[in-house]
Amino acid sequence: MTLHVDSPAAPPRPGPRRPAGRRGPERGSGWARFDLRATPYFLISPYFLLFAIFGVFPLGYTLWVSLHEWELAGDKTLVGLDNYIELITDEAFWNAVVNTLGMFVMSTIPQLVLALLLANALNKRIRGRLFFRLGVLLPLITSVVAVAVVFTQLYGRDYGMINWFLSFFGVDAINWQNEKWSSWIAISTMIDWRWTGYNAIILLAAMQTIPKDLYEAAAIDGASPRRQFWQITIPMLRPTIIFTVFISTIGGLTLFTEPVMFDGNPTMSGGATGQYQTVAMFIVKEAFRDFDFGYAAAAAWLLFALILVGTLINYSFTRRIGGSK
Amino acid sequence: MLNNKRHGRLAAVAVMAATALAITSCSSSEPAEPAAGGSSAAAAEPVTITVHTFGGGENFGYDKAVETWNAAHPNIQVKYQNLTDRFEDVYLPQLLQRLQAGSGAADIIALDEGAMGLMKARPQFFTDLAEYGLDSRKADFPAAKWDNGINADSKLFALGTDIGGMTMCYRKDLFEKAGLPTEREEVGKLWPDWNAFMEVGKKFQAANPGKTDPKFIDGPNTLYNVILSQEAPKNGNVSYFDKNNQLVIETNPAIKTSFDTVKSFSQAGLTAKLASFSPPWNAAIKKGAFATMGCPAWMLGVVSGAAGDDNKGKWDVASVPGGAGNWGGSYLAIPKQSKHPKEAAEVLNYLTGKEGHIMAFQEAAAFPSSLPAQQDPAVADLKNPFFNDAPTGQIFGASVKDLLPVFLGEKHAQVKTSVEKVLEGMDQGSVKYDQAWTRFLEAGVKAAG
Repeated sequence: MTLHVDSPAAPPRPGPRRPAGRRGPERGSGWARFDLRATPYFLISPYFLLFAIFGVFPLGYTLWVSLHEWELAGDKTLVGLDNYIELITDEAFWNAVVNTLGMFVMSTIPQLVLALLLANALNKRIRGRLFFRLGVLLPLITSVVAVAVVFTQLYGRDYGMINWFLSFFGVDAINWQNEKWSSWIAISTMIDWRWTGYNAIILLAAMQTIPKDLYEAAAIDGASPRRQFWQITIPMLRPTIIFTVFISTIGGLTLFTEPVMFDGNPTMSGGATGQYQTVAMFIVKEAFRDFDFGYAAAAAWLLFALILVGTLINYSFTRRIGGSK
Repeated sequence: MLNNKRHGRLAAVAVMAATALAITSCSSSEPAEPAAGGSSAAAAEPVTITVHTFGGGENFGYDKAVETWNAAHPNIQVKYQNLTDRFEDVYLPQLLQRLQAGSGAADIIALDEGAMGLMKARPQFFTDLAEYGLDSRKADFPAAKWDNGINADSKLFALGTDIGGMTMCYRKDLFEKAGLPTEREEVGKLWPDWNAFMEVGKKFQAANPGKTDPKFIDGPNTLYNVILSQEAPKNGNVSYFDKNNQLVIETNPAIKTSFDTVKSFSQAGLTAKLASFSPPWNAAIKKGAFATMGCPAWMLGVVSGAAGDDNKGKWDVASVPGGAGNWGGSYLAIPKQSKHPKEAAEVLNYLTGKEGHIMAFQEAAAFPSSLPAQQDPAVADLKNPFFNDAPTGQIFGASVKDLLPVFLGEKHAQVKTSVEKVLEGMDQGSVKYDQAWTRFLEAGVKAAG
């Protein structure tokens, strides 16, 4: 809806007239015209200013740093794309990429499925709905560090509760940090515990916007609740599912705090052989442990590219949800 | 709780890694504050000198020294803060960022021996202590300790605090349970060398066969560093790097010997498989999950701090197998960005002087590198009540007599942390014993590159 205030001489246009009682800006006044045009920009500017300072500038600067051999508080020399070339042949980097993708798949798929089922359950008429709806959000408001500390204790080798529980079934104490599979499981459960409720609430909100008469009509036609879920709920949720997949992709690929905490020693190496070192940890290790800023910056840019690719792939998958039906 | 705070801050820093990268480095072009302005007005107006240190347990032990100074110097108040218990991966990166940013570093900063190579190569960040007359202190220090405080520009930039003479800490009560001697003299005689130490360990382990029973040694890294500090002086006084800063990790026999010894202890199942300075390690010290640990002087403060008063008297100190060695020992320096370098130099002179050294030794068992302090009866006759009244003054005094300095290269800290990760992995089982040496070398080469 636009107001054409800048053509005072124009004849009245066809179409709905402005309501008489509404006070519009004075026609012809220069300040008002400026005010009308500039105000929206002024009002949205804080975001873009902050984004420019904390988003665009670091992005550009990181690119600049990534073209250098740049030591923390030391020398810097321009080396062009050398860091990138070295990086794509660096085993440790690809190990981190594999770990990140592995933990992403391991955590995100069960998490979203679980969130969907949880949301569906919460959408039903059950006693104490509000309690349960708030309950699923609770993990989110706990500090991620606290979550990681608690889970790391649970997965402790010597005094951990999970090993204690497993010992009843004759399972020897597992050193959860030691192997890829075990550390990935441990870290994935931390992520799921924290984010499943969050996604469930978003999906629940979307579910409640689905018109009830669709379900009523389906019920009259004899569709089972299960069929209603697949044929009505899922297709109607598509945009929301895409949103949650996006958020999870970005979150999953920048995974950092949980594996760092799980390590015990914040050395960013993700276990003795890097069995759960993520790309984000790799970046921090290069920058702040080995003081190699240029290399870390290049890795940060590759991570950015990785997230773009990952998001696009996920988008092409999720856009098909319910599309053909 | 300390850990939570630390991790929180670390996480916050690192989540914004990309941002931080840019922000911290972009301010590098700002010149450091010139030092000249502040000094003349200082006598009239009170100034605050900040001191930042690191270390677990009692860390540098400066509480009393600072209190004493503040009481006597109303115009120069010292604000002392121990930032973290982790040097290489928390304190050092933070310090480098602050140096590069030109602000945020304290007036007096503590530096671990392991980072001295790195700091010597960055003379632009440090005040020349000779400008404030501290070059007159040369006679107070052993030559090696003094020389290590001179940087690439041949300027004196740091003075020594403690020195890491070596002993073996042991749990008296656990020794008694295992049927071993408990008196420190006798215990020391049990292990003239590492082979004998291994035999004692096997005896101990035989008396504690259960899964939840205590182990003989904490983990691979304390042991490794103790042995390396003994081996390096036998091989040209170098460890990972030679004196031209070239990586010699593959060719230096000291490294291989230390590695092999640790491997044999790990294979014999004598370790509790703990990573040094990790939360489980601290918990194990408190719970008595292991019986012995190599103890440079400063480690006594770490142990008593982690074990807490409940364990007072359970620990004791004996001589270390394999002779003298030096692990660790720190320095104090004044960054160029300090606004009050003159007053800071006075405080630094005090803390590294005889009085400061003695108070730190009394508080944290950090053995003085200062020669006058070493000879003082307050140090020489000191007993450590936590360690069953062990005459630590006498023990460490003897252990530093034959001490030889080891050269540590510019990238020593990076290589050290990387290879120690492999040792931990080997001990815990994620690195196979037959692949461990190759992995160890790979990690070292990569960290140095």
